[in-house]
Amino acid sequence: MSMAELLSDYTARNVALGSGLLGVISGVLGCFAVLRRQGLLGDVLAHAALPGICLAYLLTNSKSSLVLLLGAAIAGWLAALALLQIVQQARLGEDSALGIVLSTFFAVGITLLTFLTKRGDAQGAGLDRFLFGQAAALIEEDVFVIAVLAAIAIGATALFYKEFKLLTFDALFARSIGLPTQALSVLLTSLVVVAIVIGLQTVGVVLMAAMLIGPAVAARQWTNRLGIMIVLAALFGAAAGLAGALLSLSAENIPTGPVTILSLTLIVVLSLLFAPARGLVWRRLNRSGG
Amino acid sequence: MSAFAVIVLTGVLLSASCALIGCFLVLRRMAMMADAISHAILPGLVAGYFLAQGPSALAGFAGAALAAVVTVTLVEALRNSGQVGDQSAIGIVFPAMFALGVFITSRYYEDVHLDTDAVLYGNIEFAPFDMLIVNGINLGPQSLWMLGALTLLNLGFVTLFYKELKLATFDPELAAVMGFSPALIHYALMLMLSVTTVGAFTAVGAILVVAFLIVPAATAYLLTDDLKRMIGLAVLAGVLSVVIGFLFALALDASVAGAMATAAGVLFTLAVLLSPSKGLLSRRRQLQQQRQQVILENLVVHLLNHEHIAAESHEAEVTHLRSELRWSPALAQRTIRQAERAGLVEQHGDRLTLTEAGRALARQAQTRAER
Amino acid sequence: MNALDIHDLTVSYRDKVALQDVDLAIPAGKLAAIIGPNGAGKSTLLKAALGLVPTVAGSVLIYGQPYAKQRHLVGYVPQRSSVDWDFPTTVLDVVLMGTYGRLGWIRRPGRAERDRALACLDQVGMADYADRQIGQLSGGQQQRVFLARALAQDASVYFLDEPMAGVDAVTEQTILSVLQDLARQGRTIICVHHDLDSAPQYFDWVVLLNVRVIASGPLATTFTADNLRKTYGGSMRAAIAHFQHFEEELEQAKR
Repeated sequence: MSMAELLSDYTARNVALGSGLLGVISGVLGCFAVLRRQGLLGDVLAHAALPGICLAYLLTNSKSSLVLLLGAAIAGWLAALALLQIVQQARLGEDSALGIVLSTFFAVGITLLTFLTKRGDAQGAGLDRFLFGQAAALIEEDVFVIAVLAAIAIGATALFYKEFKLLTFDALFARSIGLPTQALSVLLTSLVVVAIVIGLQTVGVVLMAAMLIGPAVAARQWTNRLGIMIVLAALFGAAAGLAGALLSLSAENIPTGPVTILSLTLIVVLSLLFAPARGLVWRRLNRSGG
Repeated sequence: MSAFAVIVLTGVLLSASCALIGCFLVLRRMAMMADAISHAILPGLVAGYFLAQGPSALAGFAGAALAAVVTVTLVEALRNSGQVGDQSAIGIVFPAMFALGVFITSRYYEDVHLDTDAVLYGNIEFAPFDMLIVNGINLGPQSLWMLGALTLLNLGFVTLFYKELKLATFDPELAAVMGFSPALIHYALMLMLSVTTVGAFTAVGAILVVAFLIVPAATAYLLTDDLKRMIGLAVLAGVLSVVIGFLFALALDASVAGAMATAAGVLFTLAVLLSPSKGLLSRRRQLQQQRQQVILENLVVHLLNHEHIAAESHEAEVTHLRSELRWSPALAQRTIRQAERAGLVEQHGDRLTLTEAGRALARQAQTRAER
Repeated sequence: MNALDIHDLTVSYRDKVALQDVDLAIPAGKLAAIIGPNGAGKSTLLKAALGLVPTVAGSVLIYGQPYAKQRHLVGYVPQRSSVDWDFPTTVLDVVLMGTYGRLGWIRRPGRAERDRALACLDQVGMADYADRQIGQLSGGQQQRVFLARALAQDASVYFLDEPMAGVDAVTEQTILSVLQDLARQGRTIICVHHDLDSAPQYFDWVVLLNVRVIASGPLATTFTADNLRKTYGGSMRAAIAHFQHFEEELEQAKR
């Protein structure tokens, strides 16, 4: 297929739009997650969404993306809550808390998923498509839902940009001027859950971590301004999403999710090496030159 | 041996070998490295398959171990570069490795049995049917040999280097001063983690390995403050999860590995709630008692501080106390009644006076606070 | 009128009492130092005054009203180490954060706020660094940026948490002269201070704290060897010896 054919193709358009939008929204929200040193939060919440999807199906018997993703969002949200409780109450260290929530929620999800499969209807519902994502299965309705969710998330970020920035940089000062830091924190995490819900359909559970972290880390290398970093991260995310979608459509047997992540990794590596001032090559040259 | 017994025994060996290493991961706050490694070995397995021109346990093992070492090195390098945070370093490396593995598998080995579901949650169910055959002699299930060896290896590692691991975990600087390189110990532990992950991978898949490594160890952490006991309890919690999970999976006809990991999660939740020393319930009760004590001491210290001031009579009025200390009427009343019952204060009309005992407690609270 | 009134304040972290029955009043227009050994609850006192930690008992009033009502009158400089200095933002942007409280939700800083932030940067001698990334600054420069941010809050009472810890001499002098200017304008400065040597030269009001208030009042009557001994216990003999030396100098100067 040529590029022109690709872009006019119905499936191709949906896949490209869905993946691109995911890239934009995870790029934007990933910046805050990475700067708050919560890079792996997305990984954990993505895995934790699986039991939510299965339970939503079990309870409603509906295959509609909207219902399943609502289940995913609720489970992701509960996982964030559990994470906070374990860190605060059990004093186990954030690292262990992440590992526990991730593996336990996912284990419940796998148990439910296999239970449904053996009952003989999960394959029909295609629940396992959320494990690795299936961008090619996106229909126009899905893309519409994704667009609306992305608009909400980006709109909220734009609206509360100033507050999110202060919360991320100096939460103590933020509280001293009366910002409800707890509520803002919950809002930010909820927006990350929205990004994950979108990501589940395109790149899947396992690779979602990179979609949040990659664009932000790459963008950080090129700029020292948060505003520019967010815009760059959105661009990098979109570029990786589009590259993944188009490459996977251009040949047989190329899965969208993994190719998206590999494209993204390329962007990250190039940024880490060649970005002016922060890049490794640049710094090394500078050292030997000076 | 019956098929069920093989599955349970496989699970027991698996959870024991994971728990031995997992304790040190939890204590060293490196739990997510387990997550990273368990995902990142996929391309190694694929490379092993490619090199051996087919499924080969040894080649797969070697490839996966190599991939694990690459992962650890890359994550360390990213962290040390100062360009990337700790969590982000992990979150960049393992999805890239995993994506590479999935990409190669689906592009070139579409028809091959390396299906991605098994990668994620393994197939311990097949353990009884995969026999180790040497020179045509059937030596029994391969998984038992492999995980048995792994358990012995990990037990040997932890026993042999117990002192060094303990020291490097609790006080890396002291360890360095004494000549036990913390870096060396770190890499040794990472190597053992890699080997364990690869060994466990075929049985329970990438993500559930993390459950077996971290969750029983964390459960044990909540139950004791003693390292040796923690390791023992972690193994016990792991074995318990395996047995409970297996029964559960039978009843539900669901993924055995998934159910075992879920059971581990349930045990952890119970420990979070009920642990006698660190449990939520006992700590909440303890906290409440401490808070009451602080409030009580607050009252007597306040009275003592104002005992010799002319305005004492005013400061000691119950109504004034309430507004001064910003206590709700209920709290003030409860505290005063409690103090009276403990013989710390006496109430005359609307006035409170300290008893000798009250004065002693106030002084004691003051000196303790200053220490 | 008192800028800060604290009545019977008790704060405890789990089982440890951080502040016990603290009574304190600092009149407006004073340059006040909070002094005490490690673990005396100095930072906790600031945080409790700003409503950042929960209290067991007691009340805090800023100009006679609870903090929640007087927020716009308060400026705050947290410890420098409490933030990530690799955060992607510029010096000017950090100072602009000082105007956020006044701006309220959603509204963005405009021309007026930028001008004000630049003026504040100029006050601390950092105007030339407005566009620098904050990670490229020295420790002292970072501290001055934090001070400029507080200035941008245009507050009546300033709370500073160890503003002079680990900074260079130039920064220390800059901070001091800015604080003295503020006090001259009738604003109140309340500073956690760690250095017994410089305290009597810099401040005109001291609070000696060790979980309880040991003494609080004007420098001359409060900053005495006896009070310091009570505050630091036996552990700070050297500091007290040094201080006695200072007292002798003071005597000589009087003669």
